[in-house]
Amino acid sequence: MALLLTGGAYSMFSPGAQAETTSTNAEDIKAGRELFLVGCSTCHGANGQGVPTVNGTQYGPALTDVGGASVDFQVGTGRMPMAQPGQQAVRKPPVYDEDEIRQLAAYVDSLGTGPAIPDQSAYTLPDGLSEEERDQAISRGGQIFLTNCTACHNFDGAGGAMPRGGYAPTLRGVESRYIYEALLTGPQQMPSFSDGNLTPDAKRDVIAYLKATEETPGYGGSGLGNIGPVSEGLFAWLVGIGGLVGFAIWIAAHTTRSSKSKPTDTKTPVRLPSGAAATAERGAGA
Amino acid sequence: MSIDTSKVADSNSTSAATPAKPSKVGAVATWADDRLGLGTAMKKNLRKVFPDHWSFMLGEIALWSFVVLLLSGVFLTLWYVPSMGEVEYQGSYDPLRGVQMSEAYASTLKLSFDVRGGLLMRQMHHWAAMLFVASMMVHLLRVWFTGAFRKPREINWVIGSVLLLMGTLEGFTGYSLPDDLLSGTGIRAADGFLKATPVVGSYMSFFLFGGEFPGDAIIPRLYTIHVLLIPGLLLGLIAAHMLLLVYHKHTQWPGPGRTNDNVVGYPMLPVYAAKAGGFFFIVFGVAAFMGGLLSINPVWKFGPYDPTKVTAGSQPDWYMGWPDGLLRIMPGWESEIFGYTISWNVMVPILITPLVMWGLLTMLPFIDGWITKDKRDHHLLYRPRDAPTRTAVMVALMTFYGLAWAAGGNDIIAVKLHLSINQITYFMRVMVFLGPVIAFMITKRWCISLQRHDRDKLLHGYETGIIMRSPEGGYSERHLPISETEAYRLTARDRDEVFVATPQVDENGVAAPGGKLDGVRAKLSTLMFADNIQKPTRAELEEAHHHAEHEHALTAALDGHAADGHQFDGHHAVEGETLRGSH
Repeated sequence: MALLLTGGAYSMFSPGAQAETTSTNAEDIKAGRELFLVGCSTCHGANGQGVPTVNGTQYGPALTDVGGASVDFQVGTGRMPMAQPGQQAVRKPPVYDEDEIRQLAAYVDSLGTGPAIPDQSAYTLPDGLSEEERDQAISRGGQIFLTNCTACHNFDGAGGAMPRGGYAPTLRGVESRYIYEALLTGPQQMPSFSDGNLTPDAKRDVIAYLKATEETPGYGGSGLGNIGPVSEGLFAWLVGIGGLVGFAIWIAAHTTRSSKSKPTDTKTPVRLPSGAAATAERGAGA
Repeated sequence: MSIDTSKVADSNSTSAATPAKPSKVGAVATWADDRLGLGTAMKKNLRKVFPDHWSFMLGEIALWSFVVLLLSGVFLTLWYVPSMGEVEYQGSYDPLRGVQMSEAYASTLKLSFDVRGGLLMRQMHHWAAMLFVASMMVHLLRVWFTGAFRKPREINWVIGSVLLLMGTLEGFTGYSLPDDLLSGTGIRAADGFLKATPVVGSYMSFFLFGGEFPGDAIIPRLYTIHVLLIPGLLLGLIAAHMLLLVYHKHTQWPGPGRTNDNVVGYPMLPVYAAKAGGFFFIVFGVAAFMGGLLSINPVWKFGPYDPTKVTAGSQPDWYMGWPDGLLRIMPGWESEIFGYTISWNVMVPILITPLVMWGLLTMLPFIDGWITKDKRDHHLLYRPRDAPTRTAVMVALMTFYGLAWAAGGNDIIAVKLHLSINQITYFMRVMVFLGPVIAFMITKRWCISLQRHDRDKLLHGYETGIIMRSPEGGYSERHLPISETEAYRLTARDRDEVFVATPQVDENGVAAPGGKLDGVRAKLSTLMFADNIQKPTRAELEEAHHHAEHEHALTAALDGHAADGHQFDGHHAVEGETLRGSH
């Protein structure tokens, strides 16, 4: 039943893919299983049941209830398959092409429950909105972003540190669909924001805020990485103090001269402005 | 370098000089002089002599950035509203329109987006504040490393360290005023620090905030402190700092003609007025350049402060970074006494260590003076290498500061260098203790080895890079004597004397005054001076010169027969010299 539902939902949500290719969902699942056995089963098990180690940890978690959205996010952003074991799967160019990702997602989707790949209308503001409604949605999204996301992803979505070498990745330049899928599935250390926790509209508004601020210029000049006061301090010392000490050296290295040409012969005595005293006695009072 | 003093007046006349042709400027000056007595006051001060060296201009950076702060700060007060009253934002920054926020934050947004030049002024003010504190610290290091803190300048050192503390507090209050998410997080942290104080913590917090955090009083209160109280103190202290500078006269580097009793340099007018005035414009320019091109504290991205929100990368401005770093690496120790929690995890890094460090910094000249018991006036500077222990002490303090500072950016370091934040924390916990010790030892030995090099230069001359081969086939490098000026410079310093404690009990069994402290002093004095390399004595120098002349006579015959190319070794005139080409 679940298979039927998700399959039906999938065919409903991806009309483009249906129109381009003649493959049916069953064929996708079959092709996806072939790909899965070759590329994923070593860690995730031949039936996506996961592979535990003797220590009680696991090579790869069970994928029986993760859904198609999770596959689309993990494989689409290149995080899976992992290049090497590590604290965290890193984003890299995807290994599979669009069709293969769709087939893999269809297969994993068929293993159990879990969210399907969202439709474009879920993560973009509707076209019918007026300018004002659009602004309000973005403003709402900004407040949701500051409440739920900035603690890890930073105020500008530039990313931040997580324990033990993990990190919250940057959100800049990430496709809206992947942000939506990440919210839905909570990959790696990220909590999942279910629809009960953060409504689909709220998720959509957060994405709208991120996309809108991505397009706004840096009002104050270079953002210095948008990572807050640390890089500002670095620039204050390197550019500010470094530059000013350089200027101080420059000023002190140029002594007075009465003609416009630079004295080239260092043996020539320095000419003082007329009437100037070269020394002052310390004893001569304050 | 010799200075032609033939055109310099050799005495100051008692009556004022009068120009041959009366001018309008002169008439105005006379008018003012008759009424204000400026002539008497200015006569000497306009001709006040300052020595010339780049390192003497570091404090000036602080002075001029303070002027930039005053100018830009006045501009900001014209629009800033120090109020925590709630308003709905209706300004021109779209993503925040309709959001509830304090008037303080709304007026900061207005300054940034709706006031012409407002964002530039805000950013210049913030950058200048960063430069103000940074230049004070660089200036402090120069004063310590060159010995300019010694008598009679200890009080000025104390004033300087109070200025550093005040500048830091001024920076913190300014950081808090925009009432954005970052400033609010800072105030929240400060509230936590206050509350960590045993017994009186919660009272202090309630007094400061006028009730429970955040209340509606903190922003107006910080505003008064930021624009009235601390700037007033800063102005007064800067005035005192500079009056003392004028009174003591500036220190100078040793050299021929420069003694402990004079100052060699250029007069205030026109030379220093031009140099210092020009430097003001450069500091202003650098602040404007940074304010115009480099974004600092983009408050619109943080949104209004709300205690339920926080952002990754919440750091204080750099000068508060090192206590923040100590806080980050401090283990979570707490103890409970009579049902009350003592938060060592907050008290040690924030309330105790910074105060102890600041107290130590302020007391450094007095601790030093107690060990050396040096009561002489010092107006001649020394190079850092000539006081190895003092230099090493400051480098150790800098290392502690630097490591604690880096710990304050542990999350950024972890992300940018792909490290684990936990490993950075463990590393720093050890290194804040170990690092300063290692730095002390390395610096001290480094200085002593440089002293040894100076001594070698005095005794054997400098290394020419010319390799000589003796008839027996042995190789040696030729040394040539250094110039008189250089030799003077290297020998201008004092000989260090190690304090030897008098026996605690004299032959009659009477305890000596001073007693045990004398022993401590003697140990510290040994640590401070015993390993130093002293400059050669007159006898040693004469013997070395005699030896050098002898050696020179032996090798003189070789001079005309240097290998091809050596005619350009820089020790001979090169007119008419060419490469010989043929062998």
